[in-house]
Amino acid sequence: MRRRSLGIVAWLVVVGAVLAAYALAPRLVSDFHSRNLAEAGIFFIAIVGLNLLTGYTGQISLGHGALMAVGGYTTAALVVHEHWRDVWTIPLAGVAAGIVGFVIGLPALRLSGLYLALATFAFAVAMPSLLKKFSGLTGGSEGLRLLEQAPLQVTGLSGTVTVLGHTTTQNHFLYYLAWGIGLLGFGLAWLLVRGQAGRTLRAVRDSEVAAASVGIDLAWTKTLAFALSGVYAGVAGALLAIQNEIVNPLSFTFLLSILILVGAVVGGLGSLPGMVVGAFFVEYLPDLSTRVSNAQGVPDFVYGAAIIASMLLLPNGAGGLLRRLARPLTTRLYLRP
Amino acid sequence: MPLAFDWTQLVQQTVIGLASGGVWASLAVALVLIYRSTGVVNFAQGEMAMFSTFIAWSLVHQGLSYWAAFFLTLAVSFVGGVAVERAVIRPVERAPELTVVIVTLGLFFVVNGAARWIWTPETRSLPNAFSTRPIDVGGVAFSIQDLGTIGVSLAAVALLWLFFRFTKLGLASRASALNPEASRLVGVRVSWMLALGWGLAAAMGAVSGMLAAPALASFDQNLMQPVLLYAFAGAVLGGIDSPLGAVVGTMLLGVLINLLGTYVDWIGSELRLPVALAVILGVLLVRPAGLFGHVAEQRV
Repeated sequence: MRRRSLGIVAWLVVVGAVLAAYALAPRLVSDFHSRNLAEAGIFFIAIVGLNLLTGYTGQISLGHGALMAVGGYTTAALVVHEHWRDVWTIPLAGVAAGIVGFVIGLPALRLSGLYLALATFAFAVAMPSLLKKFSGLTGGSEGLRLLEQAPLQVTGLSGTVTVLGHTTTQNHFLYYLAWGIGLLGFGLAWLLVRGQAGRTLRAVRDSEVAAASVGIDLAWTKTLAFALSGVYAGVAGALLAIQNEIVNPLSFTFLLSILILVGAVVGGLGSLPGMVVGAFFVEYLPDLSTRVSNAQGVPDFVYGAAIIASMLLLPNGAGGLLRRLARPLTTRLYLRP
Repeated sequence: MPLAFDWTQLVQQTVIGLASGGVWASLAVALVLIYRSTGVVNFAQGEMAMFSTFIAWSLVHQGLSYWAAFFLTLAVSFVGGVAVERAVIRPVERAPELTVVIVTLGLFFVVNGAARWIWTPETRSLPNAFSTRPIDVGGVAFSIQDLGTIGVSLAAVALLWLFFRFTKLGLASRASALNPEASRLVGVRVSWMLALGWGLAAAMGAVSGMLAAPALASFDQNLMQPVLLYAFAGAVLGGIDSPLGAVVGTMLLGVLINLLGTYVDWIGSELRLPVALAVILGVLLVRPAGLFGHVAEQRV
């Protein structure tokens, strides 16, 4: 009984610390810097979504940048063409990318491993060309400019945003928005993976044959995991569009898909808390590597070397390290005496 | 749209397609080599090939002839490939597959950055290995360069096949790819066989790069990125564990893309790659292991 209550106290402390960090972080950094924090939050959402698919269900995706494009363009098109207020488009962007994710998941029923990687890769490579081809809706290679084409729908145009009587700067608002949605998405993902649905996903990851023989519908589980992961990517894409106030085919290149994957693996597949580390890694590493030296090619060299070094030091990502560090604590909390 | 169908044009466009397929083929074989031994796609393969091509450029710049530079670069690339495997792949040999994939992605940035660091990013060019003069066969004009590209690429693949089929070292490396545990028991140094695979792959990639560069008026450090896309797609089409499949797959892809671009106006240059990838996906849905690939059976 005492251990149980100790466990509850430990959880409350963790949740409290996370919420406090969420609320106070913008006060510790400059207004401009909270924009970077907001972007880290956006990566966080996409990486958590990819982790559900790759880390828990074992399906590789090299196309999450393209799913983010679906979300970003849904937001931009609704704002520019239909004059929706930008923040209210986020749920719809998630739904749109979720549907596209479901459709991409269909080949996954027949393809596995590398072949699935090619299918998602094809989607990522094709996306910029498709966006340019259907220029009526997407603005072609010019893209859509939220600020210039629909200024009245952009939140925080005047520089400040007032929510429930509290006034914050636009950058702080973006931070709270991105990480608020991020924490919500994290919570939902956590509830999902610790319950029966999570066991189903992991069973598909560990052995498809074994999963099928205990009655798991592989087709349904895989496509659903793709759809769910797509919702996260779509929401992240929408937030990216809102933050940058512009979308064009270059906003969502294949490199973005790669970065999301790097973030998920560095964070540690199959570990949700590790995804925070993955998000910060993806957000800050390019900036840090330019600080080493600005000479031609050196930032890329440092960037790549850092990725390799982190994999050599932590083959299971930051999540693997967190698990190892937390083990003495968690075993004490959960094991019966 | 011409009224009479022009057969000469079809044959010419097919050969041009085969030539670009030939450039991709050796890089695709490199991908297959590493996939068979390490079980992952090496995303840095194209960049390693680009690096080799820049070494060849430096050698030619020092006054060597194209072919002397060609063979010297092959040797240097082989050593470089072995060194890369020892340095960064061996430590993650037993890590999850995705960890290895991310290491190759990191390698992509490292090699690309190093190439721009060493050789400034101005555009440069390699001399043509073959005469650009066209030859006439039965009313159809072929360029010697295209035929030479196809020839060199096929010769490189054939040599590789002879090595794997008829030498003891080749047998050992095939064995360690197929069943590492059993090979270790009979005395094969499996880990070094992986390094050998990486060395051979780097050399094959160098062939691809040194064929790709002269075909362009000028090239820079992004030379091999499109080639990697096509090689990957072609290798998967042929079956990622089959070197023969990789050659056939990339050649088919080269012809497909060239003919699509020539005959279907709606596709143009913009949608060539997406349409080709869509066709490949269609093929894969019917044959999930590619044209020549093996379906792996698994034990529960």
